[in-house]
Amino acid sequence: MKQPTKIIAFVLTALALLVLPLVLQSFGNAWVRIADMALLYVLLALGLNIVVGYAGLLDLGYVAFFAIGAYMYGLLASPHLSETFAWIAAMFPEGIHTPLWIVIPAAAGLAGVFGVLLGAPTLRLRGDYLAIVTLGFGEIIRVFLNNLDHPVNITNGPKGISQIDSLSFFGLSLGKSLDIGGFEVRSVTLYYYLFLALVVGSVVISHRLQMSRVGRAWMAIREDEIAAKAMGINTRNLKLLAFGMGATFGGVSGAMFASFQGFISPESFSLMESVMIVAMVVLGGIGHLPGVILGAVMLSALPEVLRYVAGPLQEMTGGRLDSAILRQLLIALAMISIMLVRPRGLWPSPEHGKSLQNLKT
Amino acid sequence: MDTFIQQIINGLVAGSMYALVALGYTMVYGIIGLINFAHGEVLMVGALTSWTIIGLMQDAMPGTPGYIILFIAMIIACVVAGCLSFVIEKVAYRPLRNSPRLAPLITALGVSILLQTLAMIIWKPNYKPYQTLMPRTPFEIGGAVITPTQILILGTTAVSLAILMWLVNYTKLGRAMRATAENPRVAALMGVKPDVVISATFVIGAVLAAVAGVMWASNYGTVQHTMGFLPGLKAFTAAVFGGIGNLGGAVLGGILLGLIEAMGAGYIGTLTGGVLGSHYSDIFAFIVLIAVLTLKPSGLLGERVADRA
Repeated sequence: MKQPTKIIAFVLTALALLVLPLVLQSFGNAWVRIADMALLYVLLALGLNIVVGYAGLLDLGYVAFFAIGAYMYGLLASPHLSETFAWIAAMFPEGIHTPLWIVIPAAAGLAGVFGVLLGAPTLRLRGDYLAIVTLGFGEIIRVFLNNLDHPVNITNGPKGISQIDSLSFFGLSLGKSLDIGGFEVRSVTLYYYLFLALVVGSVVISHRLQMSRVGRAWMAIREDEIAAKAMGINTRNLKLLAFGMGATFGGVSGAMFASFQGFISPESFSLMESVMIVAMVVLGGIGHLPGVILGAVMLSALPEVLRYVAGPLQEMTGGRLDSAILRQLLIALAMISIMLVRPRGLWPSPEHGKSLQNLKT
Repeated sequence: MDTFIQQIINGLVAGSMYALVALGYTMVYGIIGLINFAHGEVLMVGALTSWTIIGLMQDAMPGTPGYIILFIAMIIACVVAGCLSFVIEKVAYRPLRNSPRLAPLITALGVSILLQTLAMIIWKPNYKPYQTLMPRTPFEIGGAVITPTQILILGTTAVSLAILMWLVNYTKLGRAMRATAENPRVAALMGVKPDVVISATFVIGAVLAAVAGVMWASNYGTVQHTMGFLPGLKAFTAAVFGGIGNLGGAVLGGILLGLIEAMGAGYIGTLTGGVLGSHYSDIFAFIVLIAVLTLKPSGLLGERVADRA
C-alpha cells in the first residue's frame, strides 16, 4: 500500500520540478533566476551538510570553496588571463574556453585539494576552535582574492572578473535561448535544468554516502570521537575525507555560479555567505537531506520573493523600510524564532535509538 | 626605530580594545560554552548610542568640557548595552540552554543580523563622523606620537581590567561566577542561582564591549551600523588565541593580536620587498592564530580540558 503512493508522490514531485521553470519564465526571467540561485544554494548546503551534518565539524569558512570553484572557472573561461599574460594569449589565440566536462571535475578536484589542505592542520582542534580556524581560512581566501591584482594581476582585485563564458556542451550553449518547435526555452531555464541535474546527483551521492560504511563512520565520529577511534575507525583520514568531499560540492557550485552570473568579485564570497549556508543547514534540520534542502530553498528563495512583495510596504513607510532591509529583518527574525520553536531544525532527522528507549520503559 | 615605537603604541591601543571585547566573549564562553556572535553588535550599539548622546549634549549644554561629555556618553552607552545584552540573553539564549549546541549559535547569528538591521533603520546607513572630544595635540615619545585619545584608551582599559579582576576575584558575585564556570550543577547545589550569574556575566561583558565601542569610535573617528563586525571578529580571534574561557588569556591574546597586527602592517611591505602590502594585515592575525592553534590546540593559556565531560 505504501510503496505505490510513494512512487506517485515521487513522480509528481519530479514533474513539478521539471515544469516549474517553464511556468516561471512566463512571469519573467527574474523568477527563474531565483529558482536557479535556490538550486545553487541547495548544492552548497548539501556539501556543507557532509562536513557539519555527518561528520559534525563546524565549518564557518565554507564559502571559500565556493570562491575557489568560481575563480577557477572565471580564470579558465574569460579573456582576463590572456589579456594579462602574453604567453597565454600566444598559447590560446582564440582565448581560453573550457568545456563543461573539464570544468566540473577540475572544480571539484581543486576545491577538494583545498578542503584537505584546510583539514590537515585543524585535525586536532575541536568544536569552537575549529569554527574560528575555518572562519579565518575563509577570510584569508577572500583577502587574497581582493589583493592578488598586484604585483601580478591574477584575480583582478576588487573589480572582479567579467565576461565569463556561459557553459556549453554538445554544441548547446546555455547562454542562448533554445527554440523547440516554436516554444522558446530561455537561457535561465536551461541553467535551471543543469542545476537540477546536479542537485539530483548530489542528493543521490549524499544519500548513498550516508548509508555507506564511510557515512556511518562519520556519524560515529560526530557522536563520540573517542569511542569511534576505539571501534577502529581511522578518524584522521575520515575527517580529511569529510572536508574534501564537502569542499568538492562547494567547488562545483562555485563554477556553476561563475558561468551563470558571468561576473564574479570577492564581494560575493563574504563571511556572511558562509554564515547563511550554515544557517540553511541548521535551520532545515542538520544531517537530514530533506531538511537541508528545505532550509536552503527557504533561506535563499523566500527573501528574494519578498523583494517583489515589499514594494507597497516601502511606499507606506516612506522609503525608510526598503526591500533589502526588510529582507534582512525577516531572515534574522526567522533564524531566531525557528530555533526557539524547533531547536533541532524544521525537519529534523528521526531520532535514532528511540525504539530502544521505549523497550526499556 | 621610530616606526618600531609607533607600531608598538598603535598595537597596544588596538590590542587593549580587542582585550576588552575579548573578555566578554571569553566570560560567556567560560560559563555557558556559547560563542556570543552578537557581541560585536553590542559594541556597535554602544558606540552609536554614545554618538547620539554626544550630539544631544552639545546642543543642550554648549561649552561643557569634552571629557565630561565623553564620560557621560560612555556611562549611558554602558547602561544601554547592558540592558540590551540582558534582554538578548533572556530571549534568544536562555530557552535554548539544553538544546543541541548549534541552535543557540544560529540564534546568536540571527540576533547579530537583527541588531545590525535595526541600527541601520534607527541611525541611517551612512558613516557618521565621531567628534574628537579630547585635546588634539599629540605627545612625542622617542620620535613616535601618541594622541590624548590613545592615552585615554590605555588608561580606561587598565581601569576596566582592574575593576573586573576585583569583581571576579574578590566579590561574592565573582566567586559565584567562577563556581558556575567550574560546574554549574554543583554551584547550584551550593546556593548559587545560575540564571542570575549568567545574566550578570552577559551584562558585564556588554558593559566592557560598550566601553570598547566608545573608545573605538573616538580612535577611528567614524561610526556606522556595520562597525561591530571587525572588532567582534578580531576579539573573538584574540579570545581563542589566548585560550577561550580564560580571562587572563583574553587580555594577553588581545594585546598580542594588536601588536602582531601593527607589526605586520608596519613591516610586511619592507620584508617582502613591496610584494605584499599592509592590506594583508587582516590575514596576519588569522595566520598566527592558525599556527598557534596547530601547535597548542587549546590556545596560549587554555587548560587542557578533557575531551568529553
